[in-house]
Amino acid sequence: MSTGLLYALAGVLLFVLGAAGAVLLAHLMRKVLAFNVMGSGAFLVLVGLAQREDVIDPVPQAMVLTGIVVAVAATALALGLARAFHARTGRTGLTEEARRD
Amino acid sequence: MNGLLRSAVVIVGLSLAAAMVIALLQLPSAAVHLPALVAENLAQSGVEHPVTAVLLNFRGWDTLLEVAVLLLALLTLLTLGGGKAPAPAAAVDPLLQGLARRMLPLIVLTAGYLLWAGAHRPGGAFQAGAVLAAGAVFLQLAGLLPAWTAPRRWLRLGLVLGFLVFLAVAAALLGQGALLRYPPALAGGLILLIEAGLTLSLGLILAGLFLFLTGRDA
Repeated sequence: MSTGLLYALAGVLLFVLGAAGAVLLAHLMRKVLAFNVMGSGAFLVLVGLAQREDVIDPVPQAMVLTGIVVAVAATALALGLARAFHARTGRTGLTEEARRD
Repeated sequence: MNGLLRSAVVIVGLSLAAAMVIALLQLPSAAVHLPALVAENLAQSGVEHPVTAVLLNFRGWDTLLEVAVLLLALLTLLTLGGGKAPAPAAAVDPLLQGLARRMLPLIVLTAGYLLWAGAHRPGGAFQAGAVLAAGAVFLQLAGLLPAWTAPRRWLRLGLVLGFLVFLAVAAALLGQGALLRYPPALAGGLILLIEAGLTLSLGLILAGLFLFLTGRDA
């Protein structure tokens, strides 16, 4: 098994962990972080899979570089939305029973 | 109910992971050998580093759209409202401020180096922009730079400059028959021009994502 494939498999685990977190966690900031973990997993799969034959492929690397920057912007936007939601409703989660603070 | 949901998510997650691992292990090798294609065409891309060549030349329109997405994210953030008085600067720590003042020229120098290095080694506009943005965030945290509220004319221009330069180059080159196909003789210069604009705008946009958020009382 090559190192690249190992990275891709670790990426799968990260993706699934993040997906489960996005469903199970109620706090919006935790959800955003879980989505980030999912995204990191997807990036790891993309880059790891491309170099599983130990040849470095610049195309997925460029795609992932693009993706990382977009992920940063999307995270900031999600946090801004979560803050605006909290300011209007006083809730930190989407469900009614989410703690008010 | 909550316990049921939890176990369902765990079961679905584990089976998803197992399915993806099996799929990855059985995957045949790629039919198209992209690294070889990139290496073949690297000579006429205008840069010597394959990742920069892919980003700014072979898949330039991806990068163009990405900058548009970043601008859109920032604009959406700005429309969320709030916009009260900027938060007062954090507690003033003279040691931190002194460090920030001394770091600033180094940060700008590093960004300039990364921008230049992108042509032949790892680096480029995104890394340089991220370093610039980190510098702005550092200054804000040290209490030297107030948080931003609404962008004035110069800031607006800076935010869109990279996208506009990229778009202008793309429009000027439409006569080449494809979007963003540079003439090989001009490719290096055009890529450097685009990257310089992108560095400034990406730095401002990424810094803005932080500084506009801190500047608003939600």
